[in-house]
Amino acid sequence: MTADLLTVLWKDSRGLFRVQGSRSRALLTILVPVIMIGIVLPLQMGEDWLTTAWPLMASIVIPLITVGTSIPEAFAGERERHTLPTLLASRLPDRAILFGKWALGVGYGWLMTLATLLVSAAVVNIVYWDGQIAFYRADMALAHVVISLLFAGFVASLGVLISLRASTAQGAQQALISALLIPLMVLQIGPMLLLSVIPNGRDILSQITSLNFTHVALITAGVLLLLNAGVLLAAMARFKRARLILS
Amino acid sequence: MSTTAIRTENLTRDFATVRALDGLSIDVPSGQIFGFLGPNGAGKTTTINLLLGLLEPSEGRAEVMGFDTRTEAHQVRERVGALLEHTGLYEQMSAEDNLEFYGRVWRMPSSERQARIRELLAHMGVWDRRKERVGKWSKGMKQKLALARALFHRPALVFLDEPTAGLDVMAASAVREDLEALAEREGMTVFLTTHNMAEAERLCSRVAVIRQGQLVALGRPDELRARTGGPRVEIVGRGFDEHALALLRARPEVAQVEAHNAHLTIDMRQEADTAPLIGLLVSAGVQVEEVRRGKASLEEVFVTLMEEER
Repeated sequence: MTADLLTVLWKDSRGLFRVQGSRSRALLTILVPVIMIGIVLPLQMGEDWLTTAWPLMASIVIPLITVGTSIPEAFAGERERHTLPTLLASRLPDRAILFGKWALGVGYGWLMTLATLLVSAAVVNIVYWDGQIAFYRADMALAHVVISLLFAGFVASLGVLISLRASTAQGAQQALISALLIPLMVLQIGPMLLLSVIPNGRDILSQITSLNFTHVALITAGVLLLLNAGVLLAAMARFKRARLILS
Repeated sequence: MSTTAIRTENLTRDFATVRALDGLSIDVPSGQIFGFLGPNGAGKTTTINLLLGLLEPSEGRAEVMGFDTRTEAHQVRERVGALLEHTGLYEQMSAEDNLEFYGRVWRMPSSERQARIRELLAHMGVWDRRKERVGKWSKGMKQKLALARALFHRPALVFLDEPTAGLDVMAASAVREDLEALAEREGMTVFLTTHNMAEAERLCSRVAVIRQGQLVALGRPDELRARTGGPRVEIVGRGFDEHALALLRARPEVAQVEAHNAHLTIDMRQEADTAPLIGLLVSAGVQVEEVRRGKASLEEVFVTLMEEER
């Protein structure tokens, strides 16, 4: 299984730095957020960048963009280019195909996020050098590592699930963006609903806002873990060779 | 290894209200190129998908290399190669990487993969172009590469779904030559779907003909020609006028006469001596230059079978 998974990873990594077949578009899509989050924001914030929760933005935005642009290719791209039937007719097991594609998305998104966080830390140190190396607090660093991994996993799981159904990579990408907007809308509307619908909503909201960084990080990680498991299970259930060959 | 590469019993597949394959029962012996012939939409691709275990039969069963396609599909796919309706090549990747990927899929050791890539690409005459993106290649070259990919891991059985469809005459001929040479050299069983009768006649030791999902004929190409089309006499000469043709049509052993420029084709009802017919033509003033005896081509047999079903 591992060897088969690595084979799928090897093949898909060859087309990783392409968005709809274009290398330059892929580079532009990735470089803009990496420069913004890895260079511009740390330049503006200085050492505050390393001590506040702002870098969590990198753990959300970078996987969103890197995984969100690459994962729709997973199955919809293969279907669009008529390579899927040959892949399905090979000896590769279902799980190796599914998890090979998923793992590439996760690995790509996660490593790009960690690289961005390291670049931003380097920028702060170079520009605001005060004689000693400054870095993220240990609990924050751990939160960035875990949350970026789980968020990349969630986007990849959702992307794979959508890609299994979509007829084109572009269609899969649009559907993925729409699906990812739902949790953002919930975060936006949730507090308002809490205040207006639930009688003691204000109390609940104040309790939520009084949570410290560790609590927020743990809750976020837990929610992402559950979402990951649920969506990945749905993708596993959706992966049926007969269904894919007829789609 | 089983001496029967493929065995189907009443293999049937429905798509909603449409019966794509209807009670197919065939045996394909190992080591043969088996032609599976039929017009577009006859059920050829559905049959391949069923045999590869990619679709489940609605009724009946199939065994490939001794494995049940419904319950042991993975074992089937472990042992076969396939060139399906589309080439399935990754056009952004090089020819070498395309083969490398499928070599890894079949878990061939690195040194064996490299040697096999060189062997197949050199055989195709494109070793020097191995680093080029496949997307830049002509349709014929892509098809040859896809054929090489299907045979890459030396499978005991290979499914080829219309491998020359859409190719020009030269490219199709080159693919056929490659297929013939590679199949003979590697001693594999080939399940070849096609609607090109000349291709089937040249390559296949046995053929099955299907129409609307039903088997209408099965046997060696010469058997089908003998069963469906009678003996034939072809004459090259001059002076094939209506009088001469009418004399021929009046003969009891003659089924049909057709003249086209300097060529005359006589379809016979049964084997018969041609000398009286030639004598008749000469007496009617025809100048005979050449006489050939033969049988209807597989294409004519195919057309007859399709028309019979209507």
